[in-house]
Amino acid sequence: MSDLLILHGRVVDPTIGIDEARDLLLRDGKIAAVESPGVLKNIEAAETIDASGLVVAPGLVDVHVHLREPGQTYKETIATGTAAAAAGGFTSVVAMPNTLPVNDSVAGMEWMLSPKRGAVVKLFAMPAATMGSMGATLTDFAALHKAGAVGFTDDGKPVLEDAMMRDALIAAARLGVPVSQHAEDTHLTGGCSMNAGPVAFRLGLRGMTVEAESRIVERDIRLLREIESAEGLRPHLHVQHVSTGRALEAIREAKRQGLHVTCEAAPHHFTLTDEAIGDYDTNAKMNPPLRAEADRQAVLAGLADGTVDCIATDHAPHAAHEKEQEFERAPNGITGLETALGLALRVLHKGQGLSLSRIISLMSAAPAGIVSLAGRGSLRVGSFADVVVFDAGAEWRFDAKDSRSKSKNTPFDGAAMLGRVKATISEGRVVFRR
Amino acid sequence: MYAEGSLLSVADLSVEDVSGILAVTARLERMAHVDRARLLAGRRIALLFYESSTRTRTSFELAAKSLGATTTLVSDKSSSIEKGESLKDTGLTLRALGAECIILRHPSSGAPFVLARETGLPVLNAGDGMHEHPSQALLDVRTMLMRLPGRDAFAATPQSLAGVTVVITGDILHSRVARSNAMLLPRLGATVLLCGPEPLLPEAALGLGDGIEVVRNFDEALRRADVVMMLRIQKERLAGLELDLADYIVRYQLSGERLAANAPDALVLHPGPMIRGLEIAGEVADGPNSAIEQQVSNGLAVRSALLLRALSTGGFESVTV
Repeated sequence: MSDLLILHGRVVDPTIGIDEARDLLLRDGKIAAVESPGVLKNIEAAETIDASGLVVAPGLVDVHVHLREPGQTYKETIATGTAAAAAGGFTSVVAMPNTLPVNDSVAGMEWMLSPKRGAVVKLFAMPAATMGSMGATLTDFAALHKAGAVGFTDDGKPVLEDAMMRDALIAAARLGVPVSQHAEDTHLTGGCSMNAGPVAFRLGLRGMTVEAESRIVERDIRLLREIESAEGLRPHLHVQHVSTGRALEAIREAKRQGLHVTCEAAPHHFTLTDEAIGDYDTNAKMNPPLRAEADRQAVLAGLADGTVDCIATDHAPHAAHEKEQEFERAPNGITGLETALGLALRVLHKGQGLSLSRIISLMSAAPAGIVSLAGRGSLRVGSFADVVVFDAGAEWRFDAKDSRSKSKNTPFDGAAMLGRVKATISEGRVVFRR
Repeated sequence: MYAEGSLLSVADLSVEDVSGILAVTARLERMAHVDRARLLAGRRIALLFYESSTRTRTSFELAAKSLGATTTLVSDKSSSIEKGESLKDTGLTLRALGAECIILRHPSSGAPFVLARETGLPVLNAGDGMHEHPSQALLDVRTMLMRLPGRDAFAATPQSLAGVTVVITGDILHSRVARSNAMLLPRLGATVLLCGPEPLLPEAALGLGDGIEVVRNFDEALRRADVVMMLRIQKERLAGLELDLADYIVRYQLSGERLAANAPDALVLHPGPMIRGLEIAGEVADGPNSAIEQQVSNGLAVRSALLLRALSTGGFESVTV
């Protein structure tokens, strides 16, 4: 593969402790050199990107996306979803298994990860923890891991049975990968379509309580403790899209006790509250739901103090006809790949004062570490040449109709963004350029 | 965003709007039948009902007919809705058939917003899930203004119900009538006391707005009441909620004895359907304090005004009636 130079940029990479002017040489899909300005001036590269005034950072990593293929290609395909990822600065995405059929087999993994699917950036998959995500029988963790599983999850459906979750944590621990849990006690959320509280009461909608989330998190943490003492294993629980202060408090305490718990927060949960539902806007409907301001503040605090390990989008495309329905009937989920960086910089960097380096870590090295993506999330020499180049100061508005995703279901249509992706490079190939 | 003349929530109405509706209601009521029947002659109104209804449906339909409009009733039981047609497509179909206004009753909260957005037609919310029933709140206001001494039922101001305490008792959680009233009455000067057990009345109800209190003890609430509005337990929406009905009756039924002991002069309202012997004793429903039948006839009058408002683009209040 030919050389690619990225010159004159401000390289921000927390994994190598750099936040200063550096030039990058990408060669054969890997980072070949990170040098002070001028050092690479004699290199003859096939392509050069002038990153003057721009930030050059490790390509972003999203451990939670729904690409809808196989089975629901009218919402999204692996090709369109990863194109949206590239436009959002992501170079690695982890596909959830709630496709049709559910990704619970080696054949399913191979099909999904095949080059024939046309993924624009590096695609990883997290297959189901139980067959068909039905919660009854564990999938073949060892075989799936061999086929590339970076973790196991029944995302969208929590693993509710204690015994099943314990078995999943043990099996995953033996392979050194996490069980990623959608924390929702569905016994408490029947018929619910938003967060419980005054807004739900006013809208006449049944609400999910914070306990429905925290109870499962607390249960899972208890299982970790039991497994550590009884089995001598160190299971890894990853809590998806944590949205409540109460769940975060449980995670904070578990970390203090040294248990292996990680969690992700979604941009919509740190940006919006349930007030965003307005006149029953189904583009503000997702699960877990938008919460009250106190919970949003708790997520912000968790991001600031490190309780939240990474940002993940839970990119969940749905067709227009599915969202143009009665609120209670409309499916959960919003797109998120193209708005994540712009919201993180606006809300967390400008709004909360988190450093650029910290935000980049939350969106690259940290998620890559959670699912052990070797050679990703860093610009260290020898790593994959996954790079994002963005204008950290650019203020713009997101326009859903310009999205690369097949679906336009976002509450951020027209919303203010800070920071705009100028180029995304996946394993040395420029996969997005603006 | 929503067509002029739509009524989706009482929050859409200013006090001036309420006043205009009350004034037109009164004028319509006094009009000769033949004159009234010219007002919407040749206009087409669709009633789209996804839930059963006696009072609301009949009064909207009779109101439309008394104004000379042509009506058509589409219900979920006897239409392509049963075959899976969406609310959007049902609305677009009615519009294509010439409907100029749709009256919607639907079990999902917020459904009228979907219909109004997708069709661009004026939509009148005739009850959506647990959310709102705005025309009911308006007819309740009119009933109160007609029955309470010294009030003016021909107009509304922020003082129309000043000094009036309205107790709303029962299944507040599932009640769209409670929400619409609790949001509208304080804006006309009333104090609203919501009364019921915690499972049917969460504290979150206080978030509906100012001028609302939660009082758990019915007798205590009644002692402050000028108006008491009783609500049915909505068995169809309880969704697994267990309720001891015998205990509920003891604590929250409006019996003749309880009324006489605590609020002998209070006006008694019920939006219906009522279950005699459960939330309200038959003797109270039929007694001298009751304005329940007057509520029903006011429903017809107020809904006539709402239809006229929906179909008169601009200058609704100056409509010569």
